[in-house]
Amino acid sequence: MRKFLLEGLLKRPLTEAAPSDPEIEALAMAAGQAARRRLGRSLSIRQVDAGSCNGCELEIQALGNAYYDYERFGLHFVASPRHADVLLVTGPVTRNMAEALRRTYAATPDPKWVVAVGDCGRDGGCFAGSYAIEGGVSAVVPVDLVIPGCPPSPKALLTGLLALLDVAGGKA
Amino acid sequence: MNTRTASAPQPFRSQPMPRQKVGATEWELAAVEAARGRFDLLSLWATEDAVLMALRQVESGLTDVLSYPLAAGVFPSVAAQHPAAQRLERAIHDLYGHRAEAAPDTRAWLDHGRWGIAAPLGAATPGPALPPYEFLPVEGESLHQVAVGPVHAGIIEPGHFRFTAQGEAVVRLEARLGYTHKGVDALMRGASLARGAELAGRVSGDSALAYAWAYAQAAESALGAEVPARALYLRTIMAELERLANHLGDIGAICNDAAMAMMLAQCGVLREAVLRAADAAFGHRFLRDRIVPGGVTHDLDARGISTIAGLAARLRSRFPACVALYDGTPSLLGRTVSTGTLAPELARHFGAGGPVGRASGRDFDTRRDCAYAPYDDLTFNVPRRADGDVNARIWIRIREVEQSLALIEQCIARLPEGPVFAAPAAAGEPREGLGLVEGFRGDVLVWLALAADGSITRCHLRDPSWFQWPLLEAVIEGNIIADFPLCNKSFNCSYSGHDL
Repeated sequence: MRKFLLEGLLKRPLTEAAPSDPEIEALAMAAGQAARRRLGRSLSIRQVDAGSCNGCELEIQALGNAYYDYERFGLHFVASPRHADVLLVTGPVTRNMAEALRRTYAATPDPKWVVAVGDCGRDGGCFAGSYAIEGGVSAVVPVDLVIPGCPPSPKALLTGLLALLDVAGGKA
Repeated sequence: MNTRTASAPQPFRSQPMPRQKVGATEWELAAVEAARGRFDLLSLWATEDAVLMALRQVESGLTDVLSYPLAAGVFPSVAAQHPAAQRLERAIHDLYGHRAEAAPDTRAWLDHGRWGIAAPLGAATPGPALPPYEFLPVEGESLHQVAVGPVHAGIIEPGHFRFTAQGEAVVRLEARLGYTHKGVDALMRGASLARGAELAGRVSGDSALAYAWAYAQAAESALGAEVPARALYLRTIMAELERLANHLGDIGAICNDAAMAMMLAQCGVLREAVLRAADAAFGHRFLRDRIVPGGVTHDLDARGISTIAGLAARLRSRFPACVALYDGTPSLLGRTVSTGTLAPELARHFGAGGPVGRASGRDFDTRRDCAYAPYDDLTFNVPRRADGDVNARIWIRIREVEQSLALIEQCIARLPEGPVFAAPAAAGEPREGLGLVEGFRGDVLVWLALAADGSITRCHLRDPSWFQWPLLEAVIEGNIIADFPLCNKSFNCSYSGHDL
C-alpha cells in the first residue's frame, strides 16, 4: 500500500492529461465549457445492456481507468435511471430485453437523452434479421446519438459523450 | 501447483469427428456415467432430427460425440440422471421443441415468450404467450425476497436474480437468464464459413479470441486442414493476451466489490496496458476477427514482437506489487477468505471449467488435458487449489497471469517463420468437427456441421458459463446478500455467451 501511495506522490499521473494530448485537451475544453454552461458541470449516465455481447460494456468500464478518467469531464455513471440524464444503451436490443429497456426509459426523468453504442446498437449489427432481435436501439426508444464501433474504443466513447454535451445543451 | 506434461493432441484435432449413433440404452448409460464422474459432460445440443452429447472420459481423456436419433421429437432426459444437463435440455426444448422424457424441470429457459415464434429452429410455429415464469417455491418462517435485474446497477450484462433471504443470510438464489438471447444458432444456419467466424467472435465480447479459435478448430477439424505453425504460435500469444486482460480486470474488479478501489485502479492500468499492446501489435484491443479457419489475419512484425515483449516485461515488474497489496491487506482478505465456497464435489459434478473449477480442486485445463498445438510443445503449470472460496478464485487468476506471461515469452522466443494462413480446401462432402479451447473463463466448445458446399448446417457454441451459473446459486447459500457481488464477480460468468 505504502509503495503505491508514495508512487502516487512522486510520479506523474497515468491519466492522459489534457496538456499532453491536443485532442483530449480540445475535448476537455469543449466539455468543460459546454457542461458548465448548460448542465451544471455534470452529466449523469445510466448504462443499459439491452443484449450486447459485453464488448461495449468492457470499453465503457475502461473509461473509468486511470488513462481515460471520465470523471474529470463531469461524467458520472449512476445506479438508477431515476438519477440519469443520459441512457447509454448497447444492443442489439433483444426481444427479451425490449420491455426492460422501455421501462428504464420511462423511469428516466425529462429532459433525457439516449446514446446508442456500438454497431449493434446502431442497427442490430451482425445480428440484424434474427427472430430474437428488435433491431438497433432506435427500434425501441428514440435515439439522440450513435457511437458506432465493434466495440467503440474508449476514446471514441469519450468523444461521443462530450459531443453529446453540446447536443444536450441545445435541447435543454 | 501441478506440473504434468500435456497430452498428445487427440485425433479430433486434425480430422473430422463423425458422431457415434447410439440407442436409448447407451444414451442413458452415458448420462448415468457422467453423473457418476466417469465422464465429463462437455455439452448437450440438438439438430433437427437428433440430440447430441459431447463427453470426455476422465481417465483416458478421450473425447467423443454421441448422437441419439429422435423418435417423434422425444429423447431420454440426461438431466434426469445428471443435473448439470438441466438448462441445456431446457434450451434444446426452447430452440427446437424436442422434449426430454422424464425431465426434472420443464420450464422455458431462453424463451421468454417474446419471440413471436415457438421452437425457432424446429417447427417455428407462431408462439403463444408463455405464462409468467414460475420461480421455485420457497417456504419457511420470516423469509423475504429481493429481486434484482435484468437491468443492473453497474456497467454489466443483464440477468435476473431472485434472492430469498432470512434476515441477512441468503437461503436461496435463483437466476433467470436468456435476456441477451440473440438467436446465434439460427443465424449460423446456412451461413458461410467466414460469416460464421464473424458471429462466433461476437458471442461473448470478452472471449472473442477464444471463440474464434474454437470455431476455427472445429472448421479445421471438419475439413482436415493444416494450419501453419507460425499461425498457431500467434494464436497462442493472442489467447494469452486475452486471458491476461480478463484476469487482471477480474482481480481488480473482485477487490473493488469489497471496496478496495486501489486494486481496481492498479489492475485497471495493467489491463489497459494489455489491451493497448494487443491493439498496437494485432490491430484490435479485443483481438476480434484476428483468427479465421486456416490461420490468422495479422502477422507480427519486429515492432509488434517488441511491443508484446515490452508488455510482458512491464507486467513482470508491476504485477507483484498488486499481488503483495492484495495479500497484505487483512481487511480485504477478511471479505474474500471463506466467502462463497464451492465444494469440490459440486465443481466435479458440473464439470466446472476455468478458475472456478480449478479453485475447487478440479484439475482440468484444456490446454493440457485436451491439448492442442502449440500448447503440447510449451511448458506451463496448471494452478489448482482445494479451498474453493473467493480468495482461492483470486489466487488461481494471479497464478494464471504468471503462467500466461511465461507462455507469451516462450512463444516469442520460439516463433516459427513462415506463412500465417493456408486456405482450407473444400471437402466436397458433409463433414463434422469439434473445437475445444481454454478461454479465460474455462473451456469453450464449438461443434460444427458443414454441408458439401462448405456452408454451415449447424454450429453449436457452448460457453463454460453453462456449468458455472448453477454453481453460483449453490455457493451463495448461507452467505449474506452483501457478499453476492463478491461471489458473482469471482465467478464472472458470461450472460451473452450463455444466452447466445
